[in-house]
Amino acid sequence: MELVTPGIGLIFWMTLSFGLLLFVLTKFAWKPIMQMLKERENSIEEALHEADKAREEMKQLKATNEELLNQAKEERDAILKDARQIREKLIEEAREKASREYNRMLESAKEAIKNEKMAAITELKNEIATLSIDIAERLMREKLSAADKQDGLIQKLIGEIKIN
Amino acid sequence: MNKYTPKVISCLLFVCLGLLSAIPVLAESHEENTEKQSHAVVVEEPFNAGRMIVEHVIDAHEWHIATMGHTHVTIPLPVILYHQGAWHLFSSAKFHHGHDAYEGFRLMSEGVYKGKIVAIQSNPDGTETILDDLPLDLSITKNAFSLMLSTILISLLFLSIARSYKKNRGHAPRGIQSLLEPLILFVRDDIAKASIGHHYERFTPFLLTIFFFIFLNNLLGLVPFFPGGANVTGNISVTAVLALFTFVITTFVGNKAYWTHIFNAPGVPWWLKLPVPLMPVVELVGVFTKPFVLMVRLFANITAGHIIILGFMSLIFIFGNMHFAMGYGVSIVSVAFAVFMGLLECLVALIQAYVFTLLSAIYFGMATEEHHH
Repeated sequence: MELVTPGIGLIFWMTLSFGLLLFVLTKFAWKPIMQMLKERENSIEEALHEADKAREEMKQLKATNEELLNQAKEERDAILKDARQIREKLIEEAREKASREYNRMLESAKEAIKNEKMAAITELKNEIATLSIDIAERLMREKLSAADKQDGLIQKLIGEIKIN
Repeated sequence: MNKYTPKVISCLLFVCLGLLSAIPVLAESHEENTEKQSHAVVVEEPFNAGRMIVEHVIDAHEWHIATMGHTHVTIPLPVILYHQGAWHLFSSAKFHHGHDAYEGFRLMSEGVYKGKIVAIQSNPDGTETILDDLPLDLSITKNAFSLMLSTILISLLFLSIARSYKKNRGHAPRGIQSLLEPLILFVRDDIAKASIGHHYERFTPFLLTIFFFIFLNNLLGLVPFFPGGANVTGNISVTAVLALFTFVITTFVGNKAYWTHIFNAPGVPWWLKLPVPLMPVVELVGVFTKPFVLMVRLFANITAGHIIILGFMSLIFIFGNMHFAMGYGVSIVSVAFAVFMGLLECLVALIQAYVFTLLSAIYFGMATEEHHH
């Protein structure tokens, strides 16, 4: 019977100690512990979320990078193509210019040669004329005895001489 | 393999705890032996297993540690009495284990008032009469003392854990914190959250407190030498107060739906409520039986565990009294069974703490649940 009869004293001390324990633990232990646990759980949750987000961002970044790279490649190709075209054009132009110059030089050379030739011919003509006059002089001196002969000769000579 | 590792570890833990508790059980039983022998010399009293067991299980005004020959090694505890408008405070050593009276009080070791302190009146012829009005006994008894010790222990333990939570803010738990965190999380997630629902948070402090209070006191009760060994959670006063806390909280947080369910249960035919309020009476009785069952369950489980272990120990001395060789022979079996019981008691210590906490949580859940009928 003693076993199942509650004692007033122990009930009093139990209520007091347990009440105090409940108060102290609630205020100074469970509250901070629960708060910290929650905080930690939240931070872990957040970290996982962040990691997911970072992974997603990474993926996006990679895609953007690839796109950029592709764009750069395309641009490079275009630039190279342009450069090739320009180079070819330049070469073509240079070639044309060179051939034009060549033609011009040829032309002027021809002209010069022609001029020189004319000059030479003129000089030759003059020389010939001079020589002819010389010859004619000498002939004259010999054949100036007869006037009619002289005239005939002069007429003949004049008809023979053709100015080129 | 991984699946069973925690089980293996917990089994090992229980084995270790069991061994720890079993060895002192032996020591205690030998003390008991010497005590009983000394009694046998003085009073010629044969070994009484029932008496020995009850003396170990109930509360006492002094903490008996051992008896060597005729000397009782005890820790005297303060006696606080209120009688006829006056307070009396003195050491329980003044009673000399019930042999002497002090300040008009006597600690009874026999009779109806066995174990209680009574006021006495000395008659001129040298006899004593026990006064009818018993003094109000607020003594720090063995259980009260043990209770205070464990309260201080639990406070220090969890305050230090709270400190390490603050220090380790946002980091993984360390040391004793990581040992108890799974239990804290278990109480919060699997008891409070699972039984109460979304507004579980205001009940977690109470549930955590009763869980660890019962669990640690159960374990302390299994340690048979000084700081432990008091049958705190196996004392009806202690379990009554615990159950009363649950009852009071349940009653105060009970919402309209809860009280409606008690006095006018929906879905019950009207003739069960009027003119004879059969269902309301049944429900109202249920309100009181719930905490009552909580009280009895914890008390009976823990006391039974203590009684069985002490019973096995008593067997040794019962047989030893017949013949010393039989005592030694039986001791092998008794010790084996006591070790087994000790292991079982470690398990019971946890299970009873769990059951008490879980049922309290379920009652809170019932009281705060929003019914949708």
